[in-house]
Amino acid sequence: MKTRKFLLPVATAGVLALTLSACGGGGGGGTTAGGGDAANGLDGRGPITYVQGKDNSNVVRPLIAKWNAAHPNEKVTFKEQTDQADQQHDDLVQHFQAKDANYDVASVDVVWTAEFAAKGWLQPLKDKMALDTSAMLKPTVDSASYKDTLYAAPVSSDGGILYYRKDLVPTPPKTWDEMMQMCSIAKENKIGCFSGQYKQYEGLTVNASEAINSAGGSVLDKDGKPSLNTPEAKAGLENLVKAFADGNIPKEAITYQEEESRRAFQSGNLLFHRNWPYVYNLATTEGASKVKDKLGMAPLPGKDGPGASSLGGHSAAISVYSKNKATALDFVKFLVEEEQQKFFATQGSLAPVITALYDDAALVKKLPYLPVLKTSIENAVPRPVTPFYPAVTQAIQENSYAALKGEKPVDQALSDMQKSIEAAGAGS
Amino acid sequence: MATEVGPTPVKTPASGGTPIHHGPKGVGEDNKILSQGKWASWLLAPTIIALAVVIVYPIISAIVMSFQKDAGLDPATGLFTAGGPAGIQNYVNWIAQQCGTADGGTVACPPGTLGAQFWTATQTTFIFTIITVTLETILGFWMAMIMARSFKGRSLVRAAVLVPWAIPTAVTAQLWLFIFDFQGIANKLFNASILWTGSEWPAKWAVIIADTWKTTPFMALLILAGLQMIPAEVYEAAKVDGASAWQRFRMITLPLVKPALMVAILFRTLDALRMFDLPYILTGGANNTTTLSILVINQIRQGFNSAAALSTITFIIIFLVAFIFVRFLGANVVEQSGATGKGKK
Amino acid sequence: MSTGTALRAEQDRGRRAAQNKEKWAQGRTYISAAVILIWCLAPAYWMVVVAFREVGFTYDTSIFPTHVTLDNFITAFDTSFGNRFGQALLNSIFIGVVVTAISLLIGVFAAYALARLNFRFKFLVLGFILGASMFPGVALITPLFQLFTNIGWMGTYQALIIPNISFVLPLTVYTMTSFFREMPWELEESARVDGCTQGQAFRKVIMPLAAPAIFTTAILAFISSWNEFLIASQLSSDATQPVTVAIANFAGAQPQQIPYTAIMAAGTIVTIPLVILVLVFQRKIVAGLTAGAVK
Repeated sequence: MKTRKFLLPVATAGVLALTLSACGGGGGGGTTAGGGDAANGLDGRGPITYVQGKDNSNVVRPLIAKWNAAHPNEKVTFKEQTDQADQQHDDLVQHFQAKDANYDVASVDVVWTAEFAAKGWLQPLKDKMALDTSAMLKPTVDSASYKDTLYAAPVSSDGGILYYRKDLVPTPPKTWDEMMQMCSIAKENKIGCFSGQYKQYEGLTVNASEAINSAGGSVLDKDGKPSLNTPEAKAGLENLVKAFADGNIPKEAITYQEEESRRAFQSGNLLFHRNWPYVYNLATTEGASKVKDKLGMAPLPGKDGPGASSLGGHSAAISVYSKNKATALDFVKFLVEEEQQKFFATQGSLAPVITALYDDAALVKKLPYLPVLKTSIENAVPRPVTPFYPAVTQAIQENSYAALKGEKPVDQALSDMQKSIEAAGAGS
Repeated sequence: MATEVGPTPVKTPASGGTPIHHGPKGVGEDNKILSQGKWASWLLAPTIIALAVVIVYPIISAIVMSFQKDAGLDPATGLFTAGGPAGIQNYVNWIAQQCGTADGGTVACPPGTLGAQFWTATQTTFIFTIITVTLETILGFWMAMIMARSFKGRSLVRAAVLVPWAIPTAVTAQLWLFIFDFQGIANKLFNASILWTGSEWPAKWAVIIADTWKTTPFMALLILAGLQMIPAEVYEAAKVDGASAWQRFRMITLPLVKPALMVAILFRTLDALRMFDLPYILTGGANNTTTLSILVINQIRQGFNSAAALSTITFIIIFLVAFIFVRFLGANVVEQSGATGKGKK
Repeated sequence: MSTGTALRAEQDRGRRAAQNKEKWAQGRTYISAAVILIWCLAPAYWMVVVAFREVGFTYDTSIFPTHVTLDNFITAFDTSFGNRFGQALLNSIFIGVVVTAISLLIGVFAAYALARLNFRFKFLVLGFILGASMFPGVALITPLFQLFTNIGWMGTYQALIIPNISFVLPLTVYTMTSFFREMPWELEESARVDGCTQGQAFRKVIMPLAAPAIFTTAILAFISSWNEFLIASQLSSDATQPVTVAIANFAGAQPQQIPYTAIMAAGTIVTIPLVILVLVFQRKIVAGLTAGAVK
């Protein structure tokens, strides 16, 4: 009897735990299409929240202030996430899983679109919710679509640029082979020849896909099935592996993320450098930069012409759980208007999605990399568009990393990649 | 508040540390155990409730989910659909490193899938745990012994020792990433060109060094507190008896500090077995530095139910380690000290 | 006579040898202390050096401060771009203090019961408490997120405090239990003979003796709450975010750019309150020690 008394608080706790688990059980498990949710709130107007990762250069706040001044009854609140992509992703997943009606509009990385769309969390932008994308760069629209339906509005884009030392290289290489031949210049000057980002992380997926796409291959085919058992894919990955083996890519590049590689280039230790547009500003202004006046920019080198960049950037998606979707759509349209796009470019150095802006003389003057970036984005291939993106990128990273380090022959790496992506698609 | 009202119901004064069954057994003794049980239950209730809400509830919900299949893709709509019951398939898949195929069967997971990493991640986790906990124990003990001595500047040392632990892990990890950069200060100081995060053992050592640096203070502090519970007279008496420093260490310090030491080692081990941030930020799990916790979070992004199964497996592994610890290595804070504690004296 | 001198010489020699030995021991202590200082502070020193460096020279590897600037500290506290570092610092202190106080209070109850009372299922209870430290923390986030969403606690302080209490409780209970077992409880009884109630005896006699253990545990609890990131990163709001989350929010002026200098400045700022805390608590630890020696 007394024993029971002792056990009472413990038992209470146990019962409590069980009840709780009954409430929340299976929350992470079943995800249903959410057809019902997608049909709700289409005409709803009122205050909404816009969710985005860290607003590095203070572009979102002024834009929201502008919107709020014009729409006092449909004010937008800015919810700022961390600066780290993984955490932004997980935060969105948590809120979507909890069917949070407060995350009305979310900034979605291009590689998450398919996953979120397939989970039924994003409002398809069609019929009543349709958005005109005719003025936008096609690759950016493709990267915001899943199964031929647009699920988000491309807001900013990003593409790889080949930075080079114009004091040492008079005309930039157009093809990979040309670039490799120019490595003799690097040797004469006792510096490294080329580097992108090859640490095992998302950036390696970017670089490996670029190599494969630039050689004419592709990671996934039109139906989302892996297509890595092709001679083109092999040639692409082999380019990188060979460059590592003969030292054209310095061995320390295996530890490079964007920042490490930027520093190597900025301190004058690289002849060619693949990176995002952000390098331009820093390399031309930072105190420690040794390439301030020697910076050249060109499209990435490909097989016979410009290479295929991996596409970066963000899109604005409307949550199916939003109650004010009419306001949300207006706000999304506002973000992609030319005026706002210009502001993104000038204030935030974010590449616009509207084609015409790349030829805008005033903008080009301020951001001299725009013409190069246009070529880069026009030739860009979205990173694999698949709802299984986390598994696909894992497969690419791990196997290409092993290949670059010479631990695995290219054939083996590609066939493992192929098999891993197949396994991911099959589910568990 | 319970301690305030404690005295009245406990009728017989408790005798310090003396096991009850040594006393004459009678009706009174029985009552005492029972009334003590009642008090114990109220004293323990807040702790147990707090743990039940925050830890037990997630564990139960994870176990429930682990028997569900992960959502699969409906080829017609391109949308995910709930996977349905899985039985123990998720567990079998992890342990046998099997992956599903399109036709519903299973194959050995190809390299590049998370499924193929289970046993290497387990191995890595244990390597990290064994090396870091050993290093931290030795270093921590040494630091504690020094800090227990009286010398000028002791409080400076005591404060300095806590600095590594006081810096949040998020910063520590960035700091070490920065230090271990190819062109960073570590390579410069030692005039080396090691690719710290670029190959297997340097990467492992980078994690081990960073973790040891960060958590040795934890050990040192706990052991120091243990050392301070030892009355100085005991040492004086031993010195008078002519015991050498090593003898004093082995015969006095070690046994008397053992309860505190065991608790410190036990909790460090449990923490190390769940190591996450440091390798995640330093190496991203490359070069065989993926620990079980990293595998869990990577899997959460790919499928929650399978991740729940992996969490449960990790839980069981850690439980077994803790069980061995408590049962065979004397980390049992209750029985062990009841038998040898100086409270008996 | 001569025997007396010889004896005195002998004693002198013995004393001198003892003094030498003492000196040597003292010297070794200082050498060890120096090694400990270098090991613990060298990486932290690097953090401080980088914290004071101009952003443009982030990757400079001169061992001594170069391109010194206070900009990074200003950047850390700058609120114009939505950084809330100052607020986050206060949040962390608040959360840390509450977590430490509550977990010590209920931890001491539990430890007292486990160390001093006899009851059934003790082993089970100990196992249960320890078991709470065995589940991968990363897997706790989603269930907790759903739980706190369901009961409307998202973005509140309690959503951060309660998980933190549970994370530090097992350690608190185990440490306190192991120390309580070692306590000279006879003193408590003699105090009661002197007319104290059990509560008074506990407070007046046992608590001072347990002070080193309690303050050590308090420091451990506070720091682990101070360091907690995973849960806070998903369960906090702008208003409640602790400093670890605020630091993760630091961003460079350009996308992709990692603001190492600002992160290191923040790390430096964050470490200072803890060092002060330890210096303050230190007295208590030493006080507890002398109280113990009286026995």
